[in-house]
Amino acid sequence: MHRTTITQARELLHSKKLSSVQLTEAVFARIDAVEDKVKAYAHLMREKALEQAKDADVKIAKGEELPLLGVPIALKDLICTQGSRTTCASKILDQFVAPYNAMVVNQLNAAGAVIVGKTNMDEFAMGSSNENSSQHPTMNPWALDRVPGGSSGGSAAAVAAHECIAALGSDTGGSIRQPAAFCGVTGLKPTYGRVSRFGLVAFASSLDQIGPITKSVADAAILLNVIGGKDIQDSTSANVPLPDFTQALNQDVKGMKLGIPKEYFTGGMQPEVEKAVQEGIRTLESLGMQTVEVSLPHLDYAVAAYYIIACAEASTNLSRYDGVKYGYRSSKSDNLVNMYENTREEGFGEEVKRRIILGTFVLSSGYYDAYYLKGQQVRTLIKQDFESALEKCDVIAAPVTPYPAFKIGEKMDDPLQMYLADIYTISANLAGIPAMSIPCGFVGGENLPVGLQLMGKHFDEESLIAVGHKFQQATHFHTQQAPV
Amino acid sequence: MDIEHLAKLARLKLTDAEKEKFSNQMGTIIEYIEKLGELDTENVEPTANVLGLSNVFREDVVTEPLTNQVPINDSPAHSKGHYEVPKII
Repeated sequence: MHRTTITQARELLHSKKLSSVQLTEAVFARIDAVEDKVKAYAHLMREKALEQAKDADVKIAKGEELPLLGVPIALKDLICTQGSRTTCASKILDQFVAPYNAMVVNQLNAAGAVIVGKTNMDEFAMGSSNENSSQHPTMNPWALDRVPGGSSGGSAAAVAAHECIAALGSDTGGSIRQPAAFCGVTGLKPTYGRVSRFGLVAFASSLDQIGPITKSVADAAILLNVIGGKDIQDSTSANVPLPDFTQALNQDVKGMKLGIPKEYFTGGMQPEVEKAVQEGIRTLESLGMQTVEVSLPHLDYAVAAYYIIACAEASTNLSRYDGVKYGYRSSKSDNLVNMYENTREEGFGEEVKRRIILGTFVLSSGYYDAYYLKGQQVRTLIKQDFESALEKCDVIAAPVTPYPAFKIGEKMDDPLQMYLADIYTISANLAGIPAMSIPCGFVGGENLPVGLQLMGKHFDEESLIAVGHKFQQATHFHTQQAPV
Repeated sequence: MDIEHLAKLARLKLTDAEKEKFSNQMGTIIEYIEKLGELDTENVEPTANVLGLSNVFREDVVTEPLTNQVPINDSPAHSKGHYEVPKII
C-alpha cells in the first residue's frame, strides 16, 4: 500500500477500498521497517498524522472531495509547522517550534493531506549530499553507502523508499532536482514566485522555491495545484493565473520543440550518464517532439555567480540567529557580543559557517562591486541566455548531474568540487525558470538512477508536466523500485 | 582575505583550526569566482529579482496578529514578557 502514488491512493481511498488510517499505518510500518537503514526523516509526527487520517476518513465517508484527502505527505524540515519542531537540521534550531504554519502547510491541510513528518536535509539547505545535517546523514535507498543528494535528500529518499506517498522539498540551486535524480524520483522546481515562501526558512531569498518530490509527474501536477498561487504574506509570490496543472497531463507533445543546449554536452558528464540523457532525448523525439540546438553561452559562469549571490543572501538571512529571539543560546557568555559569537560558533555547522564567511566577504566594503554587483550582472546575462533560447523552443532538455550518486564521505573535503557538481541545475534558479528532473535510466553495476532535466519559460510548468508525463507513459524508469 | 575580520563582522568566533582551514578553502573558492572578471558587464543591469518586481502594495487590512507572548515563549531566555540578554554595557 505504501508503494502507491498520489493518483493511485486517491482512487483507493475514494472507492473505499482503503482507509486513510490504513494507508497512514502502512506508511509508518514501512518507516519502522527501513528507516534505520535510510534515515530519511529528522523527526516524525506519528500521533498527529493518525489524527489527521481519522479526520480524513470521516470526510471521505461524508463524500467530501479534496485533492489530497487522506494522502500521507512528508515535509522538508525547513518548512514551518505550528506545534512541532522545524530544525533545518541545525543545532541552532534544534528545539525550535514555529508559532505559525508555512503557507504550503495551510494549503496541504486545506487539501486534506496527512503530514507524516519532517525530512532530513543539509543544514539550512546548504549542501548537495545531506552530509551537512546536524543529526545524521541520509542514505540513498538505491545504494546505502551512497548519498541521496541534497539538500532535499531526506524528502527524495523518503519518496524512493516509500516512507511517504509524496514530499515537499525546496530548491535554491538544484536541491529538489539533484536528489530526485540521485534517488530515481520526480522533482519539480516551480517558477520563482509560483509558490509562496511564507514560512519557508530562508537560505537565499531570491533563489529559494518550494516544490514537489513525487513518484510520478502526474503526482507533481496534483501537488503543484495545491501549493501554487499568490500569497499576500509573501510579496515575491507572483500574481499570475494558476492553471489546473493536471490538464497538462492530457496535452499532446507532437510538434513541440525541444531545445538541446550545446554547452551542456561538451564532455563534462560521465559517459554512461550522457548516454542515458541522450537516450531520454531520443525517446522524446520518438514521441513527436522536434529537437533544435540552442545555446546558453554563460553556463561556465553560473556556479561562480550563484555562490556569490547565494552566500551573500545567506550571510544576511542567517544574521537573525543571535540566541535572543529563538533557537539555541550558548551558556558560556558574559556579555552580549560574546553571547552572539559563542551561540553562532556552537550552533552552526562547518558548511554554514563557510558560506556565511564567503557571503560576508563578497558584501564587505571594497569588494561589493567586484563580487556581489558583478554576480548580479552575470545573473542578468544568464537570464537573457534562457530567454533567447526559449524563444526557439518550448522546453529545454539537459542533464541534472554530471554523475550518479557518489559515496558518503567522498567529496566532503573539497567544497569547490562539491559546488561544481551543481553546474547543470544552478542556472534555472538564477533565471527563475521552472525545471524538473525525471528518471531516464540506470548506470553502473549498482544500477544507480540518472535524471533528465526539463526547463521551461517562466510560469510554463504546464509544458514540463506535459512532456514529462508523456515520457513516463512511454518509459518505466520511474516505476523501478529501490532495493531497500 | 582577512578571515578574523570577516569572522568578527559575521559574529562568528572561529577556532584556530577553522580559521586555517577556511582561509585555504576561501582562497581556492575566490580564485574560482574571479573568473567572472573575464566577462564585460559594463552596460549590464544587475538582477536582484528575476520577475522584475519592485514595490508590492496591498490593502492595509487589520488581521488577527500573534500576541506578544507567542514569539517571546520561543526565546531561550525571557522574563515578564521581555527577552533576556547578557549585560550590554
